[in-house]
Amino acid sequence: MTTTKDTTGGSANIELTAKDYKGHIDPDWCPGCGDFGVLNALQRACAELQISPHDILTVSGIGCSSNFPGYFNAYGMHTLHGRSLAVATGAKMANHELTVVVTGGDGDGYGIGGNHFTHTARRNVDLTYLVMNNQVYGLTTGQVSPTSRVGMKTKSTPFGSIETPLNPITSAIMNGATFVARGYSGDPRHLANLIKQAIQHKGFSLIDIFSPCVTFNHDNDYDFFKPRIHKLEDEGHDTTDWKAACEKAMAWGDTIYTGLFLKRDGETTLGEAEPVLREGGPLAHRPLGLTEEQSNRIITRML
Amino acid sequence: MSPGIFDFALAIGGAAGQGIATPGNILAQIFARRGLHINAYNAYQSIVRGGHIFLTIRVRDEPVHSHGDKLDLLLCLNQDTMNRHLRLMGPGSRVLFSSDDITPGEAADGAELCGLPIAELTNNSRNRLVQNTVALGAAMHLLSLDFQILKDRTIARFSRQGQAVVDENLGVARAGYEHAVKNFTPFPVPAPEGAKPQAIWTGNEALAMGGAAAGVKFYAAYPMSPSTGVLHWMAQNARELGIMVRQVEDEISVANMVIGAAHAGTRAMCATSGGGFALMTEAIGMAGMMEIPCVFIDVQRAGPSTGVPTKTEQGDLWQALGASQGDFERVIVAPLDALDAYNTIPELFNLLDQIQCPGIVISDLLISEGTTSVDPNAIDTHPLINRGELITEGASQGNYMRYKDTETGVSPRAIPGLEGYVHVVATDEHDEDSLLLSDEFTNPLKRRKMVEKRARKFQDAATKVAPPALHGPADADVTLIGWGSTYGVIQDAIEGLAAEGITANHLPIKWIVPLHGQAISELMGKAKHTIIVENNYSGQFARYLRSETGLSPNGHIRKYDGEPFMPHHIVDGVVEQLAGKTDHTVPLQEIMV
Repeated sequence: MTTTKDTTGGSANIELTAKDYKGHIDPDWCPGCGDFGVLNALQRACAELQISPHDILTVSGIGCSSNFPGYFNAYGMHTLHGRSLAVATGAKMANHELTVVVTGGDGDGYGIGGNHFTHTARRNVDLTYLVMNNQVYGLTTGQVSPTSRVGMKTKSTPFGSIETPLNPITSAIMNGATFVARGYSGDPRHLANLIKQAIQHKGFSLIDIFSPCVTFNHDNDYDFFKPRIHKLEDEGHDTTDWKAACEKAMAWGDTIYTGLFLKRDGETTLGEAEPVLREGGPLAHRPLGLTEEQSNRIITRML
Repeated sequence: MSPGIFDFALAIGGAAGQGIATPGNILAQIFARRGLHINAYNAYQSIVRGGHIFLTIRVRDEPVHSHGDKLDLLLCLNQDTMNRHLRLMGPGSRVLFSSDDITPGEAADGAELCGLPIAELTNNSRNRLVQNTVALGAAMHLLSLDFQILKDRTIARFSRQGQAVVDENLGVARAGYEHAVKNFTPFPVPAPEGAKPQAIWTGNEALAMGGAAAGVKFYAAYPMSPSTGVLHWMAQNARELGIMVRQVEDEISVANMVIGAAHAGTRAMCATSGGGFALMTEAIGMAGMMEIPCVFIDVQRAGPSTGVPTKTEQGDLWQALGASQGDFERVIVAPLDALDAYNTIPELFNLLDQIQCPGIVISDLLISEGTTSVDPNAIDTHPLINRGELITEGASQGNYMRYKDTETGVSPRAIPGLEGYVHVVATDEHDEDSLLLSDEFTNPLKRRKMVEKRARKFQDAATKVAPPALHGPADADVTLIGWGSTYGVIQDAIEGLAAEGITANHLPIKWIVPLHGQAISELMGKAKHTIIVENNYSGQFARYLRSETGLSPNGHIRKYDGEPFMPHHIVDGVVEQLAGKTDHTVPLQEIMV
């Protein structure tokens, strides 16, 4: 069952380890699936931050990667296809003390959930959004996705995709996200570090994660990524320069960058901007009903 | 006017942008503060400037349930209004209009045409809106109301715009009043004074206030007529009441945010109209599967599709019944009027918190945008709050199962953030411990168990809400059955039927799911002649009632032209049906708006 460890800093404090975030069941992902690396990285990041499982809420949509909450020991909501960010926003606003991590895939987040992706980013909701981008629809057995490359052959594009893929990094930057990064599930240590920074960041954080589908995407597998991936931090990238971030995010040849593209500190989050949340603690724990003064005021206004 | 009671109706007609709302609000406030009861219906179109707007305000010294059948006073703000509506004005009525630019038509015998030389009375003011204030002044005289009353309201209404605006309006109001004193005959019965001042609200405001009283802490919306008034009230009052109000990207997001907020532990609500509700339906199924209580309000308008955005209809019942795929339980309630809408929200939240499922409120343009008076003491601002088996504090020592299979089907619900209650909720079918059984663990016995667990919560749900009550004598000649917003007009039709020598009683249905099928069957079984009255073409409620009870009424009265019923529409239908002429009446809308 859940951990009973106290992480509030008391003397009874017992160190949480990555194992404490292991869910009740083992993932049903295909052997070799990139999502294992993401699960591992989030467990590692949460342990490093010593956040109690009961203070975390993971929210996902539908797809292989959206099965994530079931494999992670924390509160979880496995919601509808594309709707994770909307559900997560509601939950975060109702209890802004929770650490809310949203997980899903490229189809879920950039396709059917594209509208919410745009607006959650511009609202700067304090959520950490991990997109396991495998550039294909896996759970439905291999169709083209919004991030599939031009020419990619799938069951729904047997002669090759003719559409330009969406760039999640530049999209997130243009939409106003305040923390935009790219990870690679083949490097869980690097990814864990990005996730840790994203959770600590106040505001909407996107980590688009190359998480290869070993079953349905043979174009973008580990062999494709391994020689191409370069870490931004190795090149002295300025994470406050959005133009440089966009240029680096567009690179898609022999060099593909991972790491932190853009970070804007000090931007007001939705929760901070909301006057109702300024005092009184989480909405979920406030008393219900009207005070005498409130009811008198609303009735008087009707007279 | 009916003998013995004051029953007066006035209408203001003009184009959008001519400022009908201001004199309408001032008159409504004057009547309500005087202790009179009002019921106002504004017929309008989806246009910001132009078109034809026709606001009817009915005033009585007794409770008033509909905007009635006849007009005593017509304020024409343009020629179009005169052309359309003069024919409605019978003997004893008065028609106010600008004699500068409106040519009156042929008035009925005994109808008094009261032309106002606006330019002369306003010193050639170029402000086109002053004619409204002149007419208001004249109306005060016709109703034998003291000018001081209008003066007070005018100051209250315009003081924010500065002394010059107040002075201009008071000047022209007095000119209109004095012109009327010299030239027009007041109505024989002056507007009386009621026992105590009444408050005024719209149905949308009542729904929003009901949410506030029920403890709603999260409200999300996407604007859509005729539901937007709920958002406006919530937004205006949010900070003072500690309610988080968000206007978001679409109704899909609205519904999903509300579910997220409700799962986290708040009472959460949203309102939309049929098109937006259609977008919310997948999420409603999620609330059903996850067993999360939250409220979705559908303020119906004439459909399908964009339909007639500014007109009323009861066309979404089957959409609510069938909202979302799959076979699951949801509560559906159709409030009968504004005060009932207010009371319904806390009642519904209490029921939903007890049985952990989504709830749908079906309102419509008539209730939601209609303005009515209400006795302020009748508004219970501290309704009972029952959150059912909700765990919001403490720590579990283990073995918590979110979907524990209990005798009632209700499982204790812990909110995220509590130690020891960690669990995942899912849209996939799941077992008691919330582990999925939809994928590799598919298990027919477990699936059956969970379907039955959710359904069991509804077994005695009907006992948790009030059964429908029969209004009027049990042995009446005819029993009129309606649902939701037809309540008021049917109540008024009963008075009209009495004048025809027909006794009628009324069975208004508010709780659609759970339905008190047995009680309805018994009442209908004893009735001499039953007629279902509804604001749609296909008889959505009649079909639902038949599906649930096997009962069919003797006849139907249906209206689907976008305008609400007027009492005489129902009276005439009952008369012809009791005479055996037909069992299906579709009344003709006489007022072209």
